[in-house]
This record gives sequence, C-alpha cells and structure tokens, in this order.
Amino acid sequence: MSNEQILSSDGVPLEVSLKKAERRNKIRAVLLVAPLFLFVLIIYVFPIGDMLFRSVDDRMITKMLPKTFKAMEQWDGKELPEEPVYGALYEDLSYLKKTKTYGKIIARLNYEKSGFSSLIKKTVRKISKFEEGNYKEQFIKVHKRWGQLDYLIALKNTAPKWSYAKYLKGLDLKFDQDRNIIQVPEDRRIHKILWIRTLNVAFWVTVFCFCLAYPISHLLATLPMKYSNLLMICVLLPFWTSLLVRTSSWMVLLQQQGPINDLIVWIGFAADDNRPELMYNVIGTFVAMTQILLPFMVLPLYSVMKTISPSLMRAGKSLGGTPFTTFLKIYFPLTIPGIGAGCLLVFILSIGYYITPALVGGASGSLISNIIAYHMKSSLDWAFASALGTMLLVGVLTIYWIYNKLVGIDNIKLG
Amino acid sequence: MSKNKQFVRFDNVDKSYDGKILVVKGLDLDIEEGEFVTMLGPSGSGKTTCLMMLAGFETPTHGEIYLDNKVISNIPPHKRGIGMVFQNYALFPHMTVYENLAFPLRVRKIPKDEADKKVDKALSMVSLQGFEARMPMQLSGGQQQRVAVARSLVFDPKLVLMDEPLGALDKNLRESMQYEIKHIHESIGVTVVYVTHDQTEALTMSNRIAVFNDGKVQQLSSPDELYERPVNSFVAEFIGENNTFVGTVTDVSGNTCKVKLNSGAEILANPISVKAKGDKTTVSLRPERALINPKDKMDNNYKGKIKEVIYHGDHTRLRMDMLGNEQFILKIPNSSSNLEIKTGNDINVGWNANDSRALDPK
Repeated sequence: MSNEQILSSDGVPLEVSLKKAERRNKIRAVLLVAPLFLFVLIIYVFPIGDMLFRSVDDRMITKMLPKTFKAMEQWDGKELPEEPVYGALYEDLSYLKKTKTYGKIIARLNYEKSGFSSLIKKTVRKISKFEEGNYKEQFIKVHKRWGQLDYLIALKNTAPKWSYAKYLKGLDLKFDQDRNIIQVPEDRRIHKILWIRTLNVAFWVTVFCFCLAYPISHLLATLPMKYSNLLMICVLLPFWTSLLVRTSSWMVLLQQQGPINDLIVWIGFAADDNRPELMYNVIGTFVAMTQILLPFMVLPLYSVMKTISPSLMRAGKSLGGTPFTTFLKIYFPLTIPGIGAGCLLVFILSIGYYITPALVGGASGSLISNIIAYHMKSSLDWAFASALGTMLLVGVLTIYWIYNKLVGIDNIKLG
Repeated sequence: MSKNKQFVRFDNVDKSYDGKILVVKGLDLDIEEGEFVTMLGPSGSGKTTCLMMLAGFETPTHGEIYLDNKVISNIPPHKRGIGMVFQNYALFPHMTVYENLAFPLRVRKIPKDEADKKVDKALSMVSLQGFEARMPMQLSGGQQQRVAVARSLVFDPKLVLMDEPLGALDKNLRESMQYEIKHIHESIGVTVVYVTHDQTEALTMSNRIAVFNDGKVQQLSSPDELYERPVNSFVAEFIGENNTFVGTVTDVSGNTCKVKLNSGAEILANPISVKAKGDKTTVSLRPERALINPKDKMDNNYKGKIKEVIYHGDHTRLRMDMLGNEQFILKIPNSSSNLEIKTGNDINVGWNANDSRALDPK
C-alpha cells in the first residue's frame, strides 16, 4: 500500500531523516537572518510602534487627576457638578502642588480650552488656604470660571486615556465642547494647505524627474559601454555628494544675486532691479528636489530599459511601424515596470522630504515634514508630531496600495 | 510573367563600422525573385551586416543596394516592406500571439476583419491555430519561432530576411523547422534571404548559398555545386569534410595536373585555380570520394596506415596517415567485408584525379 512508511537505508523513516538533514541548513539560515531581523525590529518596528502609540496617548492628565475624573464619571454635564467632584479636585490639585508637577496639566488643559492656564495657576496658588468642607463654594470664590459649565465639561473631556484629537488637528479639525467634530477657524487652517502643498510638490517633482530621467535612461541603456559608464557616473555623482552640500550649492545658484538670476537678467527676461525670486519659495523646492531625486528615477528606468532587446525595436520597424508607433506600442509599454518603480520611489521620497524644503523652501515652500520637525524640536508637541508622521505613513501606504491595485506590485522592477 | 533576376542587388557595397576595418568589401550579389538564398559563413564574416543593410538597420559605407530595381539606401526600414525573423525571435513580450501578428497589419491600417483573416492564414501556415490568445512567454522555443515566422509573412512581404532563426533550438526541432520553413517558402514563393553559420542548414534549405568569408562572397552557387565543386580552399574547408594535401604543381596538361607533395609523392589532381608549373597548391579531396582497395584502376593509388577507427553506426570513419597527412579521413559504409579494418593495418586507397581539386594555397 502507498501509505506504508518509506524508510531510508538505515531504517529511520525518510521524513525524519530528511528533517534531520535539513535542520542544520535551517539553523544556519536563521542565524544569518537574525542580525537583520533584530536591526529592523529595533530601528524600524519599535520606533514606528512608539510613534503610533504616542500619537493617541493621552494618559498623562488621566494619571494626574485620578480622583477628579473618577468623581466626574457620575456627572451628566447638564448642571454644575456636586460637592464630591470639587472635593476630589481639591485633593488632586493639593497633591500636584505638593509635588510641584501641576505645570504639565496646565498646557494640556489650556490646549483643550484657553483660559485654563490662569485658572489653574490662580487656584493652585490659593489652594493651601482652603478650609475643609464646602469646596465648591471656595473654588468658585477663587475663580469664577470654576462656576462656568463649559470649563468643567472641557475638564471632563480630557478624562479618556486615548484620544485621536491630534489627528483631527492635523486635518484642521477639532472637537467642540459637545464632542462634535468641527473645522477650526479659517485663519488657523494651516495643515490642510501644507498637505495639499506636499502632495502637489511630490506630484510635480515626480513628473519633472520622469521627464528628465526617461531620455537619460534610454541613452544609458543604448549607448556603448564606455560612454554609458561615464554617463552613469554623472548620474550617480550627486549620490556621492552630501545632501547638504548639494542643497547649499542650489542656494548659491538660485539666490537673487546668483548666477541663474544673472543669466536671466543678461538674457533680458527680467530687469536688474526686479530679479525673480527663485529661492525660499516653491520654485526652489521644485528645482532642488528634482535634481536630488533624479537618480532614484533613472536607476529603475535604466535597469528595465537595459533588459529590452534592441531587436524588438528593429522588429517593430521592419514590420512597418514608424519609429514613433514602435516607441509608443512596443518600447513604452515595456518600460512601464520601471516607470512605476521610479515614480513610486520618487513620490514617496519627496512626500517626506525634509532638508531641502527646510533650506530652500522658505515659508511658502515648506512641507509637512518641516512642520513635523518644528513640533519635534520647537513646540515639543511630540504627540502631534507623531500623529502627523502616522498620517504621512498611512498616506504612503495608501499610495502603495492604489499602485498595487492599478499596476500590480509584481510589475515593479528596481534592478 | 518573367521573374526579376535582380530582385535584390548589392552593387559594390562596402561597410565599415569604425573607419578602420571593412566588414564587407566590394560586395556584388544578385538574388532572383522567389529564390531562397543563404548567406553562410563563420561569425564575423559580414553576413549579418549584409542582412542588416538590406533590412535598413545599417547603411552601406559605399555602394548601393537595389530592391526590385529601386535604390533603397535612403528608404527607412519601416517603409521597405521587408519581413524579418530575428535571431532571438524578437516577439513583443507584452502582446499576445494575435497582437504580435496583427501589429504589422494595424500599422498598415488594414481593416480588422481582413486582418483577422490574414492572421488566421499565417497561423495556419505554421500550424499554430488556437494559440492567438497566448503570450509569447507561454510558448516553447519552437512555437515562438513559428510565431516569428508567421509574423514576418503576415503582411505579404515580397522579401523575408531570416537572421539565424534556428540558432536557439535543439537539434531535432531545428531539423523539422528547416523543412517547415523550406515548405512555406515553396508554397508561397516569397524571396528569402537566410543567414546562418550552420552548413547543414544551408545545404538543406537553400536554392543558392553565398559563402562569406572576410567580408567577401567566396562562392555563390547551388548546394551541390558548392559541395562538389568548391572554387577555393576556404569553401572546400568550410563546407563538409575535406582532406587536404599541400604541394607544388609540377605539370599541367588539360584536365589534370601533377602535384608534388611535401612528402615526396606525386599525385594527379584537377587543376581549378592553378595555372602553371611551380604554383603552390592545396589539393582537396572529399572523404567519400576515396575508396579502399578499389577494384577498378584509379588515377591515384596509395598505401596508408590506419591510425584510428571511429564507429558511427551507419558508417565507419578511418583516420589515416596518408602521404604525410596524418588527419586523412576516410568514410566507409558499414558492411561485413570491412570487418578486417583495424588500427595499425596498412590498406590501399585510391581516388580519381577529377575528385582531387587543386585549389589556391592556404
């Protein structure tokens, strides 16, 4: 019968001896992969996880006012809360004053509703003089805002441990006091502009890179070896130069008294006293980013074009196709995997580009990554920076997903 | 209707790629309408360059090429209307078989129903009906080959060029494809110019063969002519097997000449490219034209020592030391009477003067 066990020559079942023989190889493979795996885990998975976590983490205030929030659980928010809530608030605030840690909640509460800053500061200053019992009255006496319903509702709204308010802020939205999502006032809607500008810059940089890279790659793929190597070095040269140096050299070239402006004036496109601004705006960002990201478009295109046999073009022509038809019907479709890879690469890289827009972009040329950096370094609103970073990540993944649906990720060719 | 004797004409064509070396030198070649002409030669002999010039992918450095009495040097490839089969088939990998075949029809703006008929006809010619929807990658090498042939014929070109189309196929498939292409040629009467370095392929398929070497056509003639009567020692060496004797002419009289070999012996030969006494020559003799122990009197009759016996099934090959040539090959049919042939034995070998051709010295 066929289900009889097959034995190897020493009588051990074949499956067992096969596993034994392959175990060494498996262990070796695992050991070889292990450093990379750990590296990716430590450098990539943990930080991203931490970022995701921070963007929704709102536990700080929950921990600092535990009794208040517990007391507020029963409160329906229609009228001023009863005495126990104020009593719990007194206990929490006294403890915070004793440990001198109330500074943190001031920023958090003031973000929720402006006016909390002075309210808390004044209350904390006077809290040591409170007498036992009838805290509600004493609170309202210290500051009348303790008697206003909206401040207490705002305080209650900070109770949940997790909050996606930072994500709403990234889209210029916020909660009103009834927890409805509304747009922020028009003069404060800066993030939407930044998102649109970032997508816009990424799109046009991709288009420019494609237009410049396609002919270069074609030349690279068809030239004889000795010329194509030289050209390849020219393409790769920027890769070997520091990003900062390249960006700064663009600053030298693009400044108002720089050589490009000199040329424009000399040709007569602009008057000497009315030199166009090429830097500290979107133009500077476009020019510098296109140059810097060009190799990322050239390399995938080149590697795909290299595999297209020149005899295909010849076949197309010998069959009666004009050079243009042959290009359109035969060459171009065969380069689509490279176009896809190059465009995806350039688009994703430029969507998160930081240093070039920071240096040559100015205010009107700064992108979402510059705002992330600002919140990381200046405003220290890490949660918001994380939320923006996460949105960027989700955006990139969405683009990747759409690309996969449209073209198929299997069709991508990077080399 | 009389056929155009000079359907394709190379008129004193030179080609150089780098301005230093001539790849094709002063080529003159006429190809008749409906003919199957093979360009045969070792790699680097200029045969593919000639084909590319005819197709329009290379321009002659000097001279003119005529197609149907018209100069074509200034016509771009896509207007020449020449079908071509490439070495690696060059099927468009992103198109189905149908789309591949329809491409030349579509660029010619042929209406769809007519194009469908033509595609169908071309596919039936290579017996590949039902493969329209396949992608080239899903076909075997032989099938891809057939699609390439069908594609080169689908738009009814008057001339089809084939650049070593069978080079990538295995031996059996190659042989059957040779017959297939030959039959297609016979049935539709298209003119074919075929490039190969495989002499059996050339001999099997062609009406005429142009043997290329060193950028020149060494000989242009029918396969049998080429084999039986090579005009110089390159052709004799390149086509089929060949035994050679190097020597000096001592006497020429009519249809025979005497050649004194380096070993001292004097043999009778057929003077092809030797004119007078004292000329250096290479005498060429096909292995099957020399007989063992000939019963009839033959012009040349010598004893040789058997060095090696190689059994080939239907025949046996002997390597002999004959008149100083240790690479003298003899082919003998296998029959019981030849069983005494053993290494080390001396045997008599004879051949006629007419079969040993005194050609140019190498």
